[in-house]
Amino acid sequence: MQYIPNIIFILALAAGIGYFTMNVRKLIRNIRLGKDIDRSDNKSARFKNMAKIALGQGKMTRRPVSGFLHIIVYVGFIIINIEVLEIIIDGIFGTHRIFSFLGGLYDFLIGSFEVLAFLVLVGVIIFWIRRNIVKIKRFWNPEMKGWPKNDGNLILYFEMVLMTLFLVMNATDLQLQELGADHYIKAGAYPISQFISPLFDGMSEGTLILIERGAWWLHILGILVFLNYLYFSKHLHILLAFPNTYFANLKPQGEFNNLEAVTKEVMLMMDPNADPFAAPEAGEEEGEPEKFGASDVTDLNWVQLMNSYTCTECGRCTSECPANQTGKKLSPRKIMMDTRDRLQEVGDNIDKNGSFVDDGKQLLNDYITPEELWACTSCNACVETCPVNISPLSIILDMRRYLVMEESAAPSELNVMMTNIENNGAPWPFNQMDRMNWSNE
Amino acid sequence: MSETLKVPTMAEYMAEGKKPEVLFWVGCAGSFDDRAKKITKAFVKLLHSANVDFAVLGTEESCTGDPAKRSGNEFLFQMQAVTNIEVMNAYEIKKVVTACPHCFNTIKNEYPALGGNYEVMHHTSFLKSLLEEGRLTVEGGKFKGKRITFHDPCYLGRANNVYEAPRDLLRKLEVELVEMKRCKINGLCCGAGGAQMFKEPEPGNKDINVERTEDALETKPEVIAAGCPFCNTMMTDGIKSKEKEDAVEVLDIAEMIATAQDL
Repeated sequence: MQYIPNIIFILALAAGIGYFTMNVRKLIRNIRLGKDIDRSDNKSARFKNMAKIALGQGKMTRRPVSGFLHIIVYVGFIIINIEVLEIIIDGIFGTHRIFSFLGGLYDFLIGSFEVLAFLVLVGVIIFWIRRNIVKIKRFWNPEMKGWPKNDGNLILYFEMVLMTLFLVMNATDLQLQELGADHYIKAGAYPISQFISPLFDGMSEGTLILIERGAWWLHILGILVFLNYLYFSKHLHILLAFPNTYFANLKPQGEFNNLEAVTKEVMLMMDPNADPFAAPEAGEEEGEPEKFGASDVTDLNWVQLMNSYTCTECGRCTSECPANQTGKKLSPRKIMMDTRDRLQEVGDNIDKNGSFVDDGKQLLNDYITPEELWACTSCNACVETCPVNISPLSIILDMRRYLVMEESAAPSELNVMMTNIENNGAPWPFNQMDRMNWSNE
Repeated sequence: MSETLKVPTMAEYMAEGKKPEVLFWVGCAGSFDDRAKKITKAFVKLLHSANVDFAVLGTEESCTGDPAKRSGNEFLFQMQAVTNIEVMNAYEIKKVVTACPHCFNTIKNEYPALGGNYEVMHHTSFLKSLLEEGRLTVEGGKFKGKRITFHDPCYLGRANNVYEAPRDLLRKLEVELVEMKRCKINGLCCGAGGAQMFKEPEPGNKDINVERTEDALETKPEVIAAGCPFCNTMMTDGIKSKEKEDAVEVLDIAEMIATAQDL
């Protein structure tokens, strides 16, 4: 009988980690639905980017208030996880505060976890106030209605509850230590929970143990639930921020990729020796002509798809977007959310049917409308401001490419501009022979 | 007012068996737009005054393809790019300078993969290098002490991280440089990029250029300095819509330097 808690703990741990692993595999499979793109170059620059931007939170503090609060929650989250290690060992082996043999170091560790937990709690409460009371505009854009809004708050509630449970666990532990209860060895420093501890004054040992154990169990189960919640929420950035910054574009932001399929065609057109009617050479497959641009998530590359899962919907991009600021429908955050939602839909479709079965939907029109795409000025404000180097612009461009090259569906004024370039080498209807007239006007 | 500037072409240089130090890529706006032509002329005057051995492609120049590419027409872009690269490579061009950040970005970043490898400079960086080499003198003249704000072109700033060259030139003009609340990496677009110059904006509640002009007017400038012919048009239109054209001028930095020197 005495091993029942250990067995329950191990089962809960296995279930929590097992389900999470299963979903991570789905996540990776979904990301791999994207087209190949080579980002294996320049490893040192990539590591540097990851260290500076993800690990070092380099871009977060461009907005000092949210940046500072985020660093507190981030540092707290990482460091408090050391405590989770102890909880797991205690849970499996039925020990209590296994690391207490560290003595003074243990006191220091527990003490700093407590201070961090308190700071995280304060930070998260301020985050909640910013979202719900101050109503900062970027949290109230149209795409933030319903689930995205609740998701954002739910995560904050999770953090509040977890931090409170941690502090309550310590406060009752402290009471039990002072009572000299069995197993509750005197260990740790409690700079924060010593102030909560008086709430439990006068309680019997049995009640205290019940509260302490309750808080302990709810804390670790809460962490396992939170871990598994990630896959279903916008909160995957805590993991994906690292690969996302590593694999991010290193080239100048103004450089848009040249489509290789187009280059082949253009070079063929420019080659005076090419025979346009030549039969394919022996052994050369005459495959489907490559699709230009993107109308669905599988036309995007895997970095773009990873971007969509990494997005935590902070909305800095949308708040910096000149089109969005002037009332246009375009919101770079919505581009990322739509891409992710459609990708998830495609992934679920594969899970259900074994392989993708046409559902009559696509990213273009069903999620993202041409009106949004044509409002972009390609100014790179969204890319520059993203704290984890997501590029909504690259998706917008790929979708414009589909609209123009596959559907000839550019706005008519742009068609006029392009016709001018084709005919006279300028976006306006001027004769190329007049290009030097300025010099003697 | 008609004036004839001496502007040699690459073809003329080739005929004489010479090669210029730098190709001045004029661009479509610089060639055809009435406002931008003034910038082109001002820059040519500065090139002459610094004794720069330069040439233009003239009628052999064609759109870089930037607006086509950003509209999504990769075919048209690459056709333009490959044609231009053939011309430039035939003239064995090594160095290109342009007063248009869009041409600058495209030739610098998107031409190399198609076989066009040149050292490409925006005219503000080029003028700054002339200054450093002692070939050009920049003096305050009529702009000395004036309140001036600089609007960062997206394709110069965020796209290519050139923020200081234009500001250094303005400081040399001894102006009182005042920054807008959104500047450098946070600069707001004028609304023309991504081929927006050539179409009406999507429905909204404001024009982007008006929003940006308000940023500029907050600094109470006498001149809004620009480094892009499209930004120049957008800001000028914004000033007109605010009926401030008598109080605030929109000028390219090259024009300011040329004016300061009475060129």
